Amino acid sequence: MIKFLNHFLGSIGAAALSFSAMVGRVSIFTAQTLRHMFTPPVYGRELLISLMNIGYLSLPVVGLTSLFTGGALALQIYAGGSRFSAEAVVPQIVAIGMVRELGPVLVGLMIAARVTASVAAEIATMKVTEQIDALVTLSTHPMKYLTAPRVWAGLLTVPFLVAVGDIIGIMGGWLVSTQSLDFNSATYLRNTINFLQAADIISSLVKGAVFGFIATLMGCYYGMNSGRGAQGVGQATKASVVSAAILILAANFLLTQAFFAA
Amino acid sequence: MITLENIHKSFGSKQILRGLDLDVKQGESCVIIGGSGTGKSVTLKCILGLITPDSGSIKVAEEEITQTGDRDAFLAQFGMLFQGAALFDSLPVWQNVAFRLLRGSLKKSKDEAREIAIEKLRRVGLSADVADQLPGELSGGMQKRVGLARAIAADPKIIFFDEPTTGLDPIMSGVINDLIREIVTEMGATALTITHDMTSVRAIADKVAMLHRGKLRWHGDVKDLDHADDPYLTQFISGSPEGPIETLR
Repeated sequence: MIKFLNHFLGSIGAAALSFSAMVGRVSIFTAQTLRHMFTPPVYGRELLISLMNIGYLSLPVVGLTSLFTGGALALQIYAGGSRFSAEAVVPQIVAIGMVRELGPVLVGLMIAARVTASVAAEIATMKVTEQIDALVTLSTHPMKYLTAPRVWAGLLTVPFLVAVGDIIGIMGGWLVSTQSLDFNSATYLRNTINFLQAADIISSLVKGAVFGFIATLMGCYYGMNSGRGAQGVGQATKASVVSAAILILAANFLLTQAFFAA
Repeated sequence: MITLENIHKSFGSKQILRGLDLDVKQGESCVIIGGSGTGKSVTLKCILGLITPDSGSIKVAEEEITQTGDRDAFLAQFGMLFQGAALFDSLPVWQNVAFRLLRGSLKKSKDEAREIAIEKLRRVGLSADVADQLPGELSGGMQKRVGLARAIAADPKIIFFDEPTTGLDPIMSGVINDLIREIVTEMGATALTITHDMTSVRAIADKVAMLHRGKLRWHGDVKDLDHADDPYLTQFISGSPEGPIETLR
């Protein structure tokens, strides 16, 4: 019995230590990333490529996700609202739902799936094939050359993607509402615009920036710390996406509380 | 030029270097040989500062590497050819070769850097046509040559070659060996090479150092290689499974 208890408590302690060590490593990595982001040199070409890959090339997936979500949201609110004769609130709820929650969270999760995975796999492959060591021998700091441009790109482009996602999501709701739920187009749009407040839009963009930072940071962290071989690359990719998704959802809760709990 | 004294390095409970001493003189081409896992690559990485040794002293040009203030200037002395060439997939060949010349303290204009890259590509037997290709479009042998061109692009004082002929056919291996020998002699650079390939050793080396279990087992001129009476060295050269070096069968 004592042996079992020792083993049980030991495994809890080991897990706690391992978790604390990981939190410490991620914190140090974050601090190093911030230092490299704000100190020269800035690799302009790498930054432009990252802006293109993370921002522009994510537009189709963000657009399609938001369009279908906005449409489905309108249908759900209409069906739910009809139970207590509140079908008319569809434009307002779609707008607030998309801008405050679904837009940023869905874009964040899509970025975690698309960008975090590719950043982690790319950097991990570079590590496995000694390209990171080659960078060092060529007097180039890997964090400045690989991490800083990607995290800057996430920080700058994801709020833009969230704004696009919010608009397309609202338009998805408008499309479904006007085409199959008999809403008047002009009234729908007027109700949407009148209902939204500056704080809703600001919270959406701030969430986008935070989620972009988390998604790219996790990709870089797991890429830089990957194990050897194909298995190492695979594990780094999987862990980066899982961590980014969980951190995005946790950050979403904290930000929602900070913006709207009062 | 490069002096290692009593270097120890462990990874967890695994001891890799156990008091390694090595001295490579200026302009000398030293080849490190030894079985897998004896610490050859770790030695190179310790000299470059990619790995920090647990204890011991490493001096490059009489200066302790842990006390070099300007890391960029320190690394500018080195060129390195990696085992798999380690070319950057996303950059065209000429930008790989001129990587150091496009940024940092050795930065040159884009046109000048491209010109130097093409000249170095020619030096390793590649035409200017490959300059705009991506590394993935080249054969293994060509990638090795591009890696070699990158290693010599900034005319370094010290060049490291990590398994330069691994994965190449015997003819291409011969070409790479000859190129390394010619370039090292022509540039007057100090060269440190890791290899298992005894043909490479004879083609490249002035001096040979054999590592066994993280320590220097034998060190001498390449011409003395075949007359040495060290049983470990004799077994390694002959490739015999019988001898003091333990083998798994």
